Amino acid sequence: MFAPQFDYYRASSVAEAAALLEQHPDSKVLAGGHSLIPVLKLRLAAPSALIDIGRIDGIRGISEEAGRIVIGALTTHAEIAASATLQSGATALSEAAGMIGDPAVRNRGTIGGNVAHADPASDLPAVLRCLGAEFSIAGSSGTRTVDAADFFEGLMTTAVEEHEILTAISLPSGSSGQGSAYAKFSHPASRYAVIGAAASVTVADGVCSAASVALGGLVPAPVRAAAVEDALAGKALSAGAIADAARCVGDSLDDDEVLGDVYASAEYRSAVAHVWVGRALTAAAARCG
Amino acid sequence: MSASTFGSGIRRREDPRLITGSASYTDDITLPGTLHAALLRSPYAHARINGIDTSQAAAAQGVVAVYTSADTEGEIAPSPCAWLLPDSGLTIADYHCVAKDTVRYVGDIVAVVVAETRHEAYDALDLIEVDYEPLDAVVEPKKAAADGAPQLHGEIAGNQAFHWTVTGGGDIDEAFSEADVVVKETIIQQRLIPNAMEPRATLASYTAATGELTVWNTTQNPHILRFLSSLVIGVPEDRLRVIAPEVGGGFGSKIAAYPADFITMFCSKKLGAPVKWVESRSENYQATTHGRDHVQEIELAATADGKIKGLRATVWAGMGAYLSTAAPGIPTILHGLMLSGVYDIPAIHEDVYGLYTNTTPVEAYRGAGRPEATFMVERLVDLLAAKLGLDPAEVRRRNFIPKFDNGHDVVTGLTYDSGNYDGALSKLLAESDYQQLRAEQAEARKSGRYIGLGLSTYVEICGLGPSQVAGAIGFQGGLWESAIVRFHPSGKVHVMIGASPHGQGEETTFAQIIAGELGVSPDDVKVIHGDTDNTPMGWGTYGSRTTAVGGAALALAARKIRDKAKVIAAHLLEAAVEDMDYDDGKFFVKGSPDSSKTIQDIALMANVAWNMPEGVEAGLEATTFYDPPNFVFPYGAHLAVVEVDAESGNVELKRYVAVDDCGPQINPVIVEGQVHGGIVQGIGQALWEEGVYDDDGQLLTGTMLDYALPRADRLPDIEVHSTVTPSPHHPLGVKGIGEAGTIASTAAVYNAVIDALAPLGVEAVNMPLTPERVWRSIQAAQGRN
Repeated sequence: MFAPQFDYYRASSVAEAAALLEQHPDSKVLAGGHSLIPVLKLRLAAPSALIDIGRIDGIRGISEEAGRIVIGALTTHAEIAASATLQSGATALSEAAGMIGDPAVRNRGTIGGNVAHADPASDLPAVLRCLGAEFSIAGSSGTRTVDAADFFEGLMTTAVEEHEILTAISLPSGSSGQGSAYAKFSHPASRYAVIGAAASVTVADGVCSAASVALGGLVPAPVRAAAVEDALAGKALSAGAIADAARCVGDSLDDDEVLGDVYASAEYRSAVAHVWVGRALTAAAARCG
Repeated sequence: MSASTFGSGIRRREDPRLITGSASYTDDITLPGTLHAALLRSPYAHARINGIDTSQAAAAQGVVAVYTSADTEGEIAPSPCAWLLPDSGLTIADYHCVAKDTVRYVGDIVAVVVAETRHEAYDALDLIEVDYEPLDAVVEPKKAAADGAPQLHGEIAGNQAFHWTVTGGGDIDEAFSEADVVVKETIIQQRLIPNAMEPRATLASYTAATGELTVWNTTQNPHILRFLSSLVIGVPEDRLRVIAPEVGGGFGSKIAAYPADFITMFCSKKLGAPVKWVESRSENYQATTHGRDHVQEIELAATADGKIKGLRATVWAGMGAYLSTAAPGIPTILHGLMLSGVYDIPAIHEDVYGLYTNTTPVEAYRGAGRPEATFMVERLVDLLAAKLGLDPAEVRRRNFIPKFDNGHDVVTGLTYDSGNYDGALSKLLAESDYQQLRAEQAEARKSGRYIGLGLSTYVEICGLGPSQVAGAIGFQGGLWESAIVRFHPSGKVHVMIGASPHGQGEETTFAQIIAGELGVSPDDVKVIHGDTDNTPMGWGTYGSRTTAVGGAALALAARKIRDKAKVIAAHLLEAAVEDMDYDDGKFFVKGSPDSSKTIQDIALMANVAWNMPEGVEAGLEATTFYDPPNFVFPYGAHLAVVEVDAESGNVELKRYVAVDDCGPQINPVIVEGQVHGGIVQGIGQALWEEGVYDDDGQLLTGTMLDYALPRADRLPDIEVHSTVTPSPHHPLGVKGIGEAGTIASTAAVYNAVIDALAPLGVEAVNMPLTPERVWRSIQAAQGRN
């Protein structure tokens, strides 16, 4: 199909983009276009204008600042997957980025566009929730920072307000003894996550001293699996201990919230989520250096 | 190059233009002044149209015309069904190209907008207001047959398009009443959506001054489209030219002549300008024909030692809202007559009910009826093996038709041409190291891993077919093929064929046939196809028939040329024709090969005609019309190895081994490619693909994000082997190979999954075998749900 008519503006700075957003109340931000363009072509949305932020300098790339890794919003999935900094400091994120779509999608799609769209079946939100990411959001009145727990508000909704732009995402640099991983049950057609499990564990003196587990795909917005995390605390990360803890995942899922579709029902997703939690934990534990 | 080129794996000459983007498809062709059509399609599966207001659309920017049924009535005849299945009570509902007062599936055409640009045409669609009165819909064939079901076509009772029966051999009831064992199953052959890489498209250009209409279309059979279009649009066949330019795959979905094609032709005729319509992918999902959609209740009777005594089945076949061009023959002739499979089955009976449902019309889809038949037979044989505690390979061997070289009658009335089914299975078991796999399976089970082995031994009918049979089974056309072979003065060759390859590689293999017959280099042979104005009549490329029928026509035309060339050579060498010998492009007097005339020498002489034998016409050209005496029957044996994760239900296909026999192979690399693609499409049905409608008739899998096509990273390397059993009646001995893989592989994968799950007590799972379905079947078998 063909997109309905729209006006097109290319912003050269974040400030200009924010101003354009205010001038065009019915507009949408265009970055890599891999979420927005399909929506337009299916005529599910008809914004009056697109504000293209794709060529703004300074909001692309990966750097390390004060114990945190900062990722510009325009950084592509391919760049994240290939980043040595992320592969060692936030393994789950580079791993998840490498599982998105196919090479063409990864070369064009951006982390900022991905999380601002907040598709529940997307991979990155669960990983960012797991790793304790913070989100920098710019508007005409300046920049504010929101943490992952508050950023993802629900089905395709985030803390980014109408005239704001997500500019960067930061993560704590990995610490010694910590490992993280992402395990995904991908839809055979779309490769979106039917179930996505992100896990980060830290091992000290042979036992788990910290654990963070987050789920995506089967819930409207990523959730932490506190019951799984609690079950791991102080345990040696044996296969048995991981399997037992993973089976607690149901305690962190609200049955009324779990998503189902023609491919995989909510009941099924809830019942087997532990398999992917277990896989993520196993892989994360193996990476605890 | 020499005659040895026949049988060598030379590269496809089609590929450079295809992979460098220089090929020209229908949408690549634009004539000066081309207008663009967009179709308004029904969002309801079943609704009455109480009114249509096109005034806003007609006034929109760039819009040239808006047409509804009020404009097309009497100008476009209903879209024809051309397979008039005899003795079946066939009732054909009028398929109005633009819906008249009722829409019957999501995608039924309601109006057409013609505008100066494609975008303007699409924008104007949003401005058409249609007053729909929704009606109850029915989407499943068995439900459509039930009392009280919504009725699609008032004049057709019970939504029944036809009731076809095949009965053969001994008394079927007696076979079952006297059987030691009976196995049964209900199978849902889910609806599949073909997804050719290139969507459908039509460019029509009418010249009022001459009354000529030229149509570029994504068709598998341009001559059939010309014939049907002349009837529907009223342009005489001599003024109608159909061109199939590059066509990006079809798999059966480009056999039909579609309402959209006729509408585009109508628009061009009406407006006196070229009009182009190109399908969007969403339209392709909604309105290009689908495949399969059977509910099958099947049973098999056998003796205690595993000898089959009878097969009985009832099939409800969903036909969609209307009967597509060839649709009635698919679940009947191409299905029911193949129920003996590779086995000696003494009694067979099948009832097939074709039902109208509020869904997209179905048509041939790669394999077309034969995958559905093979699946039934191969499933029943595995059920019998399980019931008797025998290895599935052993049960097959006890029932195989013994090796035959020249004809074997089965009770459904067909005569298979040649086969060695046990030979194919034996090779498969050896190549796959089957006994070792069974040992590994047993070992894995001990540690809670579920590995399964699945066999599928198949035979298929292709090379359609003798025209006399076509007439007897109601096919409204012939099934012969023709070829013209023309030598130019320099010895280069043009081959004109009526068939219309669209990805299969016959531009390469047909050049190899000429090379093999006449000793020219295949590089010196150009194969021309797809244009009704400069190719001879042909009935199209489908049903694995192009090489089997068109290739035979070509070989015989080449032999006519050789005969004529020999006469000319004898004249030039001053010898008697009966003293002449031929080898690899050279004509010489027997015993004197050093003094010879090449085929190129003869071509030059025949074209200049300075010194021809008396009574021999100038030119070196031959035409053959080849009507095959019988179908051809390729066969083979396939094995799938899977592992099922019992916790999640996920199926991993670990290995796939195939042995296929299509007779002598003209180009083994192309054969392997056809086998690969075919197998993958069949695996798609087993594991991933399903066209799903909700109860209201909304298509839930209408995008590539929802409809799961096979992807390379979910497939193992496919191990391809072959045996060679020539067809006794074909000039080259060859059989078709385009559909074989698809016909075999669905059953192999399904049988493997059920074999894996046997220790868990699972006996059946509906396809596709998604993780959830497998997981649920395990839960149910284990009494957890």
